Amino acid sequence: MPVDSLRRALVFALPAAALAQSDGVLELHVVARRFQFEPETLRVRAGVPVLLRLTSPEVPMGFNLPDFGVRTDIVPGKEAQLRFTPTRTGQFTFLCDVFCGNGHENMSGTLEVRS
Amino acid sequence: MAFLDRRQFLQLAAFGGAVFSSALPGAAHAAADDFYFVQLSDTHWGFEGPENPDARGTLPKAIAAVNALPEPPDFVIFTGDLTHTTEDGRERRKRMAEFQQQARALKVREVRYIPGEHDAALDQGKAYSEFFGPTHYVFDHRGVHFIVLDNVSDPAAKLGEEQLAWLQADLQAQPRDARIVVFAHRPLFDLYPQWDWATRDGAQAVELLQAHPNVVVFYGHIHQENHHMTGAIAHHSAKSLMFPLPAPGSQPKRTPVAWDPSQPYRGLGFREVEAEPAEARYVLSERPVTQG
Repeated sequence: MPVDSLRRALVFALPAAALAQSDGVLELHVVARRFQFEPETLRVRAGVPVLLRLTSPEVPMGFNLPDFGVRTDIVPGKEAQLRFTPTRTGQFTFLCDVFCGNGHENMSGTLEVRS
Repeated sequence: MAFLDRRQFLQLAAFGGAVFSSALPGAAHAAADDFYFVQLSDTHWGFEGPENPDARGTLPKAIAAVNALPEPPDFVIFTGDLTHTTEDGRERRKRMAEFQQQARALKVREVRYIPGEHDAALDQGKAYSEFFGPTHYVFDHRGVHFIVLDNVSDPAAKLGEEQLAWLQADLQAQPRDARIVVFAHRPLFDLYPQWDWATRDGAQAVELLQAHPNVVVFYGHIHQENHHMTGAIAHHSAKSLMFPLPAPGSQPKRTPVAWDPSQPYRGLGFREVEAEPAEARYVLSERPVTQG
C-alpha cells in the first residue's frame, strides 16, 4: 500500500505538523506546556501502534495514560518517547502527573480511539 | 467500672459530671484511653478566586469552630495543602508564615502538619521543612501509633524507595496487632488516576500496611469525603477548607465546585475522629466550617 494511502487509513483529523508515519506506526508529536497539552486531543485507531514524541519547553512534566497503563516523564530539552498500542475504542483521559504549578490540576487531554 | 465512650461521657457531663474511663480489664490495650483528634485539610492559604470569596476568612472560622468544641481535641492535624502554591519562593514562605500564624490560634496542646503538593512539590519540601519540620515522621499517642507519610515532595507523587524502606522498618518494630493510623495527603490507592488521585507507588505502602490488621488511613487532596477499603484497611478523605472538588469522574475536568451564595461554605468542613484504641475503632464526625 502506498504510504499516503496507509497514512489516510490510519489517521484522521490530526494537525499535519503533529504526525509522521513509519512502518505502520503512528507517530504523534505532543508538546507539554503549562498548563495544556498541544494538541489536547489525539485521534488514533485501535490496534495501530502509536509512538508519542513528547517535549516540554518549560519545566518537568509527566504524561500519564492510566487506562492503558503507560506513562513517562518529560524533561525539558530532551524528547521523551512513549510506545503503546490502543486495544479498546472510546475516549480516554491522559494527564500531566508531575506537579507543575497552579493549573496543573487541569492539564489533561483526550485520546480518541476509533475502530 | 462501666465503659463510657466519649459521647456518653459528654452526655453525662452535661447533667452534672461523670467519670471517664475506657479501661477494659484483660484487654490487650487496656491502658489505652479513648481520645479524639481533629483533621483539617487543604486550606490552600493564599488562594484567590471566585470559588471562595471568603478565602482569607474560612480558615479562621474553622479554627473558631474547633476552639468552640465542648471538649478540646488531643491534637489537631492538617493533612496537607496548607498553602496554595506559587513559583515565587519568597511568596511561598510568606504564605507559610501567615498560615502558621493562623494555626497558632488553635487552643489545643498540639498541632501537627503534613505537606501537600502545593506546599512541597515545586521545591521538594524545602520551604515546608523550614516552617513545619520533617515531611514524614511517626509519633505515638495513647496506645495508637501514628505514621505520617509524604507522597507529595516528589512532584511525580511517589513515596520513593527510601521512604518505603523507612516505613517497612517502622512497621516491623510494631506488634502485629498495633493500632496504627496513617496520615497522607494523596490517596495511597488508585482512587481516580485519570485525575491524578493516586500515589504512584502507593500500592507498595498498602501492601506493607496489610501485615497489620488494625490500620486506618486519613488523607486529603480530593477536597471531599470518600471512604474506601483496601483489604482490612479503611481509607477516609476529608473535606477542604477552601473549595470543594467534584466527585471522581463526574465531569470532564476536575475544576472546583462553584461557590453558591445561597449556601456559603457548602462542601467545606473539618472532621472529628474519636479513637477507641481498645476496640481499634474510629468514629468520624464531619463538622461544617461555621459551627463547633
